[in-house]
Amino acid sequence: MNLQPEKLAYELSSPGRIGVVLPECDVPVTALPKDMLRDNLPLPEMDELTVVRHFTRLSQKNFSIDTHYYPLGSCTMKYNPKINEATAALPGWRNTHPLVGAEFSQGAIELMFRLQKELNLIGGFVAGSLQPAAGAQGELAGVLMIRAAQVARGQSQRTKMIVPDSAHGTNPATCTMAGMSVVQLTSDADGAIDLEALKAACDDTVAGIMITNPSTIGVFERNMKEIADIVHAAGGLVYGDGANMNAIAGIVRPGDLGIDVMHYNLHKTFSTPHGGGGPGVGYVGAAPSLAEFLPGPIAVQENGKYLMRMPKQSIGRLKAFYGNFAVLVRAYTYVRMLGEGGLRKMSENAVLNANYLKARLEKTYPVKYPRRCMHEFVAMGNIAEGVHTLDIAKRLIDYGFHPPTIYFPLIVPEALMIEPTETENLETLDAFADAMLKIAEEAKTNPQLLHDAPHDTPVGRLDEVGAARNPVLCYRS
Amino acid sequence: MNIDKNARYAVSHEYALKSGDEIITGISDHAQSALGDIVFVELPAVGKTLKKGETFGVIESVKAASDVYMPMGGTITEVNGALEGDPALVNREPHAGGWLIKFKPADPAEFDALLDAAAYEVEAAKE
Repeated sequence: MNLQPEKLAYELSSPGRIGVVLPECDVPVTALPKDMLRDNLPLPEMDELTVVRHFTRLSQKNFSIDTHYYPLGSCTMKYNPKINEATAALPGWRNTHPLVGAEFSQGAIELMFRLQKELNLIGGFVAGSLQPAAGAQGELAGVLMIRAAQVARGQSQRTKMIVPDSAHGTNPATCTMAGMSVVQLTSDADGAIDLEALKAACDDTVAGIMITNPSTIGVFERNMKEIADIVHAAGGLVYGDGANMNAIAGIVRPGDLGIDVMHYNLHKTFSTPHGGGGPGVGYVGAAPSLAEFLPGPIAVQENGKYLMRMPKQSIGRLKAFYGNFAVLVRAYTYVRMLGEGGLRKMSENAVLNANYLKARLEKTYPVKYPRRCMHEFVAMGNIAEGVHTLDIAKRLIDYGFHPPTIYFPLIVPEALMIEPTETENLETLDAFADAMLKIAEEAKTNPQLLHDAPHDTPVGRLDEVGAARNPVLCYRS
Repeated sequence: MNIDKNARYAVSHEYALKSGDEIITGISDHAQSALGDIVFVELPAVGKTLKKGETFGVIESVKAASDVYMPMGGTITEVNGALEGDPALVNREPHAGGWLIKFKPADPAEFDALLDAAAYEVEAAKE
């Protein structure tokens, strides 16, 4: 990694310096309206080479899956095969425009139609929408669909969503954003949903449940069918959070487990790149009970032509045009490249890798729910007096690994949430485990080394409290 | 772990302390220690009526944002304004200057249903 601190563009600026000389204007010049001009926006002034070097150096400070191992729990930071980039860059996709209309976009809509079909097969759903731009938007779509379906059934008093404490962290926020209130369910000692507590929570104000399976503690919810039956019998609908689909794709179809609607992320399970804010796609698959409420438009085939159609009772649009189309090309490439057998192997290897790491680490880093894990597991980092998970995470950076997710899920104190994914080989997994065990030794022999970490980065330990309490958001006031 | 013997506790780690006919509520010392450095506290409007178990505010630390729940039902009479400028008061003295809200309970008998200090100590040690 390039360890020199990089100056800000403003610090590299020199008054009057320009990067590009524009040609003489060959049309009449019209002055911009005065009220649209501002003179209080000092932009950096740089030559082209300075700009190129500045951004190239910044890019060299990136920590990415193409350079390092990235076991960030619940984020499925798997490798994006380079063939995905080749197909997404084909000139037929690259040079089209969303406004040319369906007639001139047949290939693009056909790809969407085929991808919807593959994803419905994988999820066990009858229909789905490629519109949502990420998992959080997929969740919002699902909860709005449940709300719309309850209103259509004459059940508008159903405004509560049940959310287990082992659910994905965004679920309660989604309910609030959809105008619903949250009833939290506590997990039992095994990390599973307490069925008696669920029954007690299911009254006639409950619209549905949001359930993550495997849950955020990395265990499979064994009573899934029973949970769905209890909620359905009480008049509720079941939302599945597909954040952890990488453990079950090709093995279990969530639709078969009684889930009415679920999002699964093309930027996680289906290998398209993510981190740094996208772009992503949170595909929303639906059972017959909710298919007509899907966000749209959706790709359909009629009389040999491909068209975009709005479902009859759709909750509406979530994204302009065709959604994040280039992501769809990558995910389609990945699904077709793996095929049915390959998809199953993908999930099996993700689970195997996680259990391998868990077996190597659990004697040193205790695991709160010790049963066999799925694609991720949650260990605890308070392994020596005065040493916390944050210290372990920061020290890992010195060993060249991205830290796992820390302090989440909230039901495990000092959580270290490790998801290796199937794309890492044995040598990488062992190198990571060795580093973790080495750090555990350092925690006992030289804890200060951990408290001061990271040492080998352009900036060391950041003052998180100061940053949160007194954020400085402008380069200069 | 510092436990106020005069207070009663909810399993969600809020304490209730009697003060005349009002209840003072904050989070336990155990809870503030688990949350870590607190950076922001959001409190309800005075006059708001909430049921037992309903969310009355949010505490944000460097680790997480956590809802805080009413240990008993009641109407908010006062919130701790000092926390706006100094949220770390909750870390330093959760049972004194770092209190969150005062409220007039709807049913004072709900106090007796809460955990006493000894029972809470057992509950907190489970985590």
